[in-house]
Amino acid sequence: MYKILSAEFIAPNVKKLVIEAPKIARKRQAGQFVIIRTSDNGERVPLTIADSNLDEGSITIIVQGIGKTTKELNAHEQGDYILDVVGPLGKPSHIEKFGVAVSIGGGVGTAIAYPTAVALKRAGNYTISIIGGRSKEYVILEDEMKKVCDEVFVTTDDGSYGYHGFVTQKLKELIDAKRQIDFVLAIGPIPMMRAVAEVTRKPKIKTVVSLNPIMVDGTGMCGGCRATVDNKTVFVCVDGPEFDAHKVDFETLERRNRTYKSDEETALNNYMCRSEEAMLKAANQK
Amino acid sequence: MSKLSNKERMKIPRQNMPEQDSLTRRNNFGEVNLGFTEELAKMEALRCIQCPKPTCVEGCPVGVKIRDFISLVAEGDYLGAAAKIKEDNMLPAVCGRVCPQEEQCEIKCIVGKKNEPVAIGRLERFVADYERDLVGIRTPQLKPKTGKKVAIIGSGPAGLSCAGDLIQMGHDVTVFEALHELGGVLIYGIPEFRLPKDIVKAEVESLKKLGVDFQTNAVIGFTDTVDELMANGYDSVFIAVGAGLPYFLKIEGENLNGVYSANEFLTRVNLMKAYLFPEYDTPVFHVKDKNVAVFGGGNTAMDAVRTSKRLGAKNAYIIYRRSDVEMPARKEEIHHAKEEGIEFLFLSNPVEFIGDKDGWLKGVKLQKMELGEPDASGRRRPIPVAGSEYIIDIDMAVIAIGNGSNPIIQKTTPDLQYNKWGNIVVNEQTMQTSKKGVFAGGDIVTGGATVILAMGAGRKAAAAINEYLKSSN
Repeated sequence: MYKILSAEFIAPNVKKLVIEAPKIARKRQAGQFVIIRTSDNGERVPLTIADSNLDEGSITIIVQGIGKTTKELNAHEQGDYILDVVGPLGKPSHIEKFGVAVSIGGGVGTAIAYPTAVALKRAGNYTISIIGGRSKEYVILEDEMKKVCDEVFVTTDDGSYGYHGFVTQKLKELIDAKRQIDFVLAIGPIPMMRAVAEVTRKPKIKTVVSLNPIMVDGTGMCGGCRATVDNKTVFVCVDGPEFDAHKVDFETLERRNRTYKSDEETALNNYMCRSEEAMLKAANQK
Repeated sequence: MSKLSNKERMKIPRQNMPEQDSLTRRNNFGEVNLGFTEELAKMEALRCIQCPKPTCVEGCPVGVKIRDFISLVAEGDYLGAAAKIKEDNMLPAVCGRVCPQEEQCEIKCIVGKKNEPVAIGRLERFVADYERDLVGIRTPQLKPKTGKKVAIIGSGPAGLSCAGDLIQMGHDVTVFEALHELGGVLIYGIPEFRLPKDIVKAEVESLKKLGVDFQTNAVIGFTDTVDELMANGYDSVFIAVGAGLPYFLKIEGENLNGVYSANEFLTRVNLMKAYLFPEYDTPVFHVKDKNVAVFGGGNTAMDAVRTSKRLGAKNAYIIYRRSDVEMPARKEEIHHAKEEGIEFLFLSNPVEFIGDKDGWLKGVKLQKMELGEPDASGRRRPIPVAGSEYIIDIDMAVIAIGNGSNPIIQKTTPDLQYNKWGNIVVNEQTMQTSKKGVFAGGDIVTGGATVILAMGAGRKAAAAINEYLKSSN
């Protein structure tokens, strides 16, 4: 059992959970993930480690409540326990001194881009980050990014904050303005990562994305997370999760991620019904 | 009763084990075999002629004292028989169910030269179940503590058998498991209808009772490396992580939705209990009234295809590129599969998976094969017949053609010696690796094999680790 040391919403439906896991905190590197299971009947879900704290032996994960398990996770409060946390899994981000490195985070993807931005800065890169959200309240980790990056651009789809537009548009502007860019890391929804890959393909800027396929064990045993990269099959859990964006077959990734769509809806509906019943019951008891 | 002559013993027919009717069982996940009754067990035990030099024992990778335990069964001393088995095998209820006895102990049975061999596996299972149901699993006496600590990586059959021996020798034992449940392939791989999970859990519990410390959610290599374990107070490490990196066919369309490795399909159903979705959160492809093809001819392929039938598949095929005689699966499993309505397509090799416009699997193109000269495995090599391609409609495919070695240990302990397939190289007598104090056994050494061979390797390693710890005082 893994204790939750703190839990707070940092955007609508997006919760930051600090979990006591000293071994993982000690070993984890940027780009690695954990697999979490919340109950005896629960599924195993991979979540990237956003941060760690060696003094308190904790790791931070940032969870957007989308399906049943992530919503259930987001119902956890400080002092609650999580049944299973295993990790750190996956290959760490490949970090070197590229020169100018741009870390791009779309929505909750910023939580995954953040640790790598920190590592890129530490390696001596001039670091720029472009972080975006649908609107102002969906932009996360702006202060944290500002602490580690030389420049931070915030974008919102509706223009309610920062640059009005997508992260890709901001990136394209930098490229068009002939800013030197030697490396791009892009993490977010698949369409966004795909769009970034297209922006950097022609100028041949080395670009890395972190893939988010469906996983079960997370240690290479099941092959459920396989993706097509450079026309070859890879296991994202052990060969990744980071890959050359220009070689990733995003269409296959997106399609495979839809495999259980109707089941995910069933699980979510059942969960929401049960939560509502529980709330009604609690209200009636009062 | 034990006054029977050998001639009289030989006249007793091999006793059949009751099983669930095939039409009923293909709709449930309950165990297929129901086990001997006391009467059947006694009768079967009387068939054993108590050879002065029991050849059956030579056939057992862990050297269970087969003759002696069967003699106790014949006398009705079932608890005594259980204790006798456990002198050599801490997991008798598991082995009684999943060992290929017909290739190991039973093939060596003298009675079997003229008649059918004594049903050693069924008797082992009976004895283990009898003890567990009557008094719970009893644990043997431990030797005095040695103060030595051993880390075992992996809680599958090799790890568990090694742990069982070492704890009895007086060493402290910690078993590290990557998954959230203990048992390795016994839990994630072998289905409930062949090996109920409660039985695995009971046998793991007995090791806990002996004092074995189990740590789940520990991926050695990531959580701690082998070197860190050695540096952090463990005197020896046994690597028993299994094979665990599924092979795919490397053909077009393999990443379509609906194509699984056997490991994934079975893990979803067995470990994650997807057959109970949505009571359990993990889903699996809905095969009800759909067509399923499983590629491969081993026990894992049989497990997968029979699982898909239980999930409601309309047609469930085994597609195998050689003929029925080359299939590596146990006869019993093939027989059970046929009874349950599994269809076998022999001499057929997949060349392409075909999807619909949304990327869902819809069919597979197969090519007919014919058998040529024997290959390195001694089996006749399948050769494609030109122009023989045909397509069958399938909605789900499961690829069960074996496993390569998992890369995590190799990447994080590069200074161990590996062969070109990534298997750890060991001294076959001692299971000692190229690294001092580090031993390895099971599928990570041999490549995909059987539960009992892994257990045999675990026991061999335990003996060698014991010697090593004594000599390193």
